[in-house]
Amino acid sequence: MWYVGEVIALHDETATARTISLEVAAWTAHVAGQHVDVRLTAPDGYSAVRSYSIASAPNSEGRVDLTVERLPNGEVSPYLSQELAVGDRLELRGPIGGWFVWRTHQTEPIQLVAGGSGIVPLMSMIRSRKAAGSAAPFRLLYSVRKPAAVFYSDELQALTENEGLSLTYAYTRDAPKDWPRPPGRIDTTLITNATWPSNLGPTCYVCGPTSFVEIAASLLIASGHRPERIRTERFGPTGDRK
Amino acid sequence: MAIISRGFFGRGNAEDKKLPPGQYVTTDFPVLSAGPTPHVALDKWDFTINEDGKVLRRWDWNSFHKLPAETFTADLHCVTRWSKFGTTWEGVSLDALLADIETDASHALVHSYGGYTTNLPLPDLQNMQAWIAFKFEHEELAPEHGGPARLLVPHLYLWKSAKWVHGITLMHQDTPGFWERLGYHNYGDPWREQRYWSD
Repeated sequence: MWYVGEVIALHDETATARTISLEVAAWTAHVAGQHVDVRLTAPDGYSAVRSYSIASAPNSEGRVDLTVERLPNGEVSPYLSQELAVGDRLELRGPIGGWFVWRTHQTEPIQLVAGGSGIVPLMSMIRSRKAAGSAAPFRLLYSVRKPAAVFYSDELQALTENEGLSLTYAYTRDAPKDWPRPPGRIDTTLITNATWPSNLGPTCYVCGPTSFVEIAASLLIASGHRPERIRTERFGPTGDRK
Repeated sequence: MAIISRGFFGRGNAEDKKLPPGQYVTTDFPVLSAGPTPHVALDKWDFTINEDGKVLRRWDWNSFHKLPAETFTADLHCVTRWSKFGTTWEGVSLDALLADIETDASHALVHSYGGYTTNLPLPDLQNMQAWIAFKFEHEELAPEHGGPARLLVPHLYLWKSAKWVHGITLMHQDTPGFWERLGYHNYGDPWREQRYWSD
């Protein structure tokens, strides 16, 4: 069953990532963390489908926001992030996925770990927590190349000030001036300082490129988290996910 | 009737008879897993076939390698829409593992280190359609791709090819596995595009 979504707004998050707001008639509200399949069809009937995580909080208004990172050799992401205009219509399937999700009745501490555009489904969880008025303690460790590559930075800043979100950025290439940690990959010290201790029993959600997820999940396990409490979502170079 | 995407032309049809509907070809090997990669020491590894709470067969890493292994080539189809052609594997066929087992089981529930499960009709594991593979492109299978050993059932979507395989339980009724309980199709035939529950 394919639904039709109309583009009602576009917003550039970074130089290479765009949020697409869609209005979808008769859409079933998603659960934070789920994704959709998007189908494009060319005039000759050729079609291409890719999966994208939903960035928005669940809602009953048929509103779905996707944030799409442009991949240099992508077949679908350059179209979605550059060509698509307000008023265009897209076909969607979903929402899909029942594992990498945060449900509003979860009250345990939540540790989110994002690598690059892996922030997208985690942002849906953060927004879902706020929309539901949940008191679940949330921490986000967000690994990103440089400050200009951060998605949703103003909104995240406001959430740390008003909603009790604990947020740590970890820059891998360029950090702001006077940043306490030199640029580099996430490591044991960072995990110790910027994530919930395992004895609080958090559920961990890790999303990003495969190599990032492998490292982050290994570090979490090494610091005492039980593997079954770590949920992962990976995307490879040609996965074209997010 | 599909909606034409204004200004979208795509890469065009590959006209490739080997490509199931809705898939595209990739040359690398993306990794998709629901949790951390388990790291299983070879001296701790074992593989069992069980039925009705009894262990019918058990192999450790050494005895498993005394079984007749074969090299085979397979096309892989992931439900996330990538397909990868002509991959070469080495492993032991399920026919060899199930040989001499008398059973009237109809299904199998495959289980993995790390807790993953997936279900299949037993005939889908037989007749040279399924292997427990431990080498990929002539190298030891890497942990992120399911090493030390994974199931390979290439005629179904790749989530059925359980990584880090630990055993198979022969079942007298079908029981959905991990993804099959979480929205993905119970059987998963790529040629019939059986991706999700509603397919």
